Amino acid sequence: MSTTVPHVILRPRTGWQLIDFRELIQYRDLFYFLVWRDIKVRYAQSVLGIGWAIIQPVFSMIIFTIIFGRLANIGSDGVPYAIFSFTALVPWAYFSNAMTDSSSSLITSAEMLKKIYFPRIMIPLTAILAKLVDFTIAFILLLLLMPFFGITPTWQAIFIPLLIVLMTLSAAGIGMWLTALAIQFRDVRYGLNFAVQLLMYASPVVYSVTLIPENLRIFYALNPLVGVIEGFRSALLGTNPMPWDYIGIGAVVAVLLFVSGAFYFRRMEKVFADVA
Amino acid sequence: MTSTAIRADRLSKRFRLGLKDEISDSLVTAGLKWVKQPLRNFHYLRSLSKFSDHDSPDVLWALRDVNFEIKRGEVVGFIGKNGAGKSTLLKILSRITDPTSGQVEVFGRVSSLLEVGTGFHPELTGRENVYLNGTILGMKKREIDQKFEEIIEFSGVRRFVDTPVKRYSSGMMVRLAFAVAAHLEPEILIVDEVLAVGDAQFQQKSIGKMQDVARGDGRTVLFVSHNMACIERLCQKVVVMEEGRIKMITDTKTGIREYLRQCSSASIGPDIRHLPRLGDGRIQLSRFRLMDPAGDELSSALSGRDTTFALHYQSTVERIQARICVGLSVHALNGDTLFTLFTYHTGRDFNDINPTGEFHCRIRRLPLNAGRYLIYARVEWDDQVCDFPTEPIAYLEVEAGDFYGTGKLTTDRGYSPFLVDAEWTCAHTQDNPIQSIS
Repeated sequence: MSTTVPHVILRPRTGWQLIDFRELIQYRDLFYFLVWRDIKVRYAQSVLGIGWAIIQPVFSMIIFTIIFGRLANIGSDGVPYAIFSFTALVPWAYFSNAMTDSSSSLITSAEMLKKIYFPRIMIPLTAILAKLVDFTIAFILLLLLMPFFGITPTWQAIFIPLLIVLMTLSAAGIGMWLTALAIQFRDVRYGLNFAVQLLMYASPVVYSVTLIPENLRIFYALNPLVGVIEGFRSALLGTNPMPWDYIGIGAVVAVLLFVSGAFYFRRMEKVFADVA
Repeated sequence: MTSTAIRADRLSKRFRLGLKDEISDSLVTAGLKWVKQPLRNFHYLRSLSKFSDHDSPDVLWALRDVNFEIKRGEVVGFIGKNGAGKSTLLKILSRITDPTSGQVEVFGRVSSLLEVGTGFHPELTGRENVYLNGTILGMKKREIDQKFEEIIEFSGVRRFVDTPVKRYSSGMMVRLAFAVAAHLEPEILIVDEVLAVGDAQFQQKSIGKMQDVARGDGRTVLFVSHNMACIERLCQKVVVMEEGRIKMITDTKTGIREYLRQCSSASIGPDIRHLPRLGDGRIQLSRFRLMDPAGDELSSALSGRDTTFALHYQSTVERIQARICVGLSVHALNGDTLFTLFTYHTGRDFNDINPTGEFHCRIRRLPLNAGRYLIYARVEWDDQVCDFPTEPIAYLEVEAGDFYGTGKLTTDRGYSPFLVDAEWTCAHTQDNPIQSIS
């Protein structure tokens, strides 16, 4: 039946390896089912189901609007604060959830790791991809909300797919790092909530990037989320011109994170089954 | 058709017994390790010049220089006692873990079944789990589409195929899981003791299916089991392993004989002196063994057979003239006490015994069902504990026997640890029969 017999040599692995994309393609059906399982399981047996995807950003928006918009009177580049923060909260909610989920993903699948072989990298990547469903739902809500605030997207909205790729790439990079670290160091799980909070304030979620002093912005943009969030605002709200400089810096950082994360993950991979 | 399927070349796997400690659990320990690293390196370098580090006590060679070759289409059984390295070998072949040195060449697509139902999720329906589990085991979606009907037919859970598996009985779940596994069609199939699932009838069906798989065209099957009956039925050839090495590769009959020899020799006086224990040590329990009524050693007991538990002891006292109470207790694997046997209760405390000897406790028609149990023991000297190992002194393996003398296995109608001598009758009474409502 099969014309070519696959030939594999199993021997001690040494050194650093990048993701084996050929293998990933071979296992694409499994990848698809894992992502699908993640999505399905999360919404099974929950009353609000898909509603959870929008509850988090919507409530954050309400709270931020009251605290930062009204009480602290933080500037929102001339658009209503609610839509200003919601535009940022949609990618942010994706990013923080993807990070949290992927970092615990290997630990929750430890049993599977000990029983069967499949490309391990699929586990954190599954979490990263499954969260895109939530993102899509929240993003649609964002589009529906915009007319209420009398805002129409600019032509630059065509760059949004690019921003989504950048967002997913950074989440995957950080996700792979955290996953590989978390299986060894439980600190990662304990510290993550705190780190996520810090990261939110290090990104222009509740404030505008214009608050950052001009000469520091170049360092600020090392956080890939800066380019993503400001890009979203520019494309949808038209507050500022498309921040190609932030996006460029962010993209370089995201690629570095992704490549180093993949290398690190592959390096640690061989001990997973032994230490998990 | 006689091309090679698997060729292992000086394959070794080393575990460091402290591996979990070795790899730091928290950043603090990682930090400490980093600080201590220079010292550690120093010790390491020094140890290199003294002894080879291969013999260091915290290193366990789960596999050592294993060489073998399996041809395409062979069905090979791997047998050996626990810890012989069978599972480690299977894990390397199924790519779950990497070898420490050496290599294996594998020709063909491998599927491994180290467990049935890997990745089953209780919230998903039977249908969804078939797809998920199937892809986890290496099938393509298209293949599962083709075989779906067959899988469901084999499992016998058709009515519940769209019910979440959390509502399945455990038997149904296992049947469904096995059904998926049974329909794998890799060139090389690796199976680890998964046939021990389900009721007797389903087991028969599973073994039958495995035989079909094994006969399938050019398929290579590697099969690990402690069930010699299965090995005998399925395999043409066996690899007998002992302490991480291959003892022999031979035909099934010879291999099984070798394995049984290993098992019986292992049970001769397992030393229990190293166990942690309480007591003043005036008498020390040193060995435990199992005997049949004729006094021959057994490696495992049989339900319903007279069985003797023998406890060898040593004492520092020349002649023991005190009231010595000996006790044994039998526990389920979760620790629940099933029964205790004390000389005190039977009115047979010992009063005058030699400094070495063996206490014998004979159990008539062993009332334990097939399974694995723990045995604890202790000795008291005038009500004072003199030896009490705080860990089990032995695992008691009981095999299904014919307790009632009816030729029926006592494990196929729901499991209970005890078997009780009983008989059934039906007495006739004069009550009114149930009236049917007209």
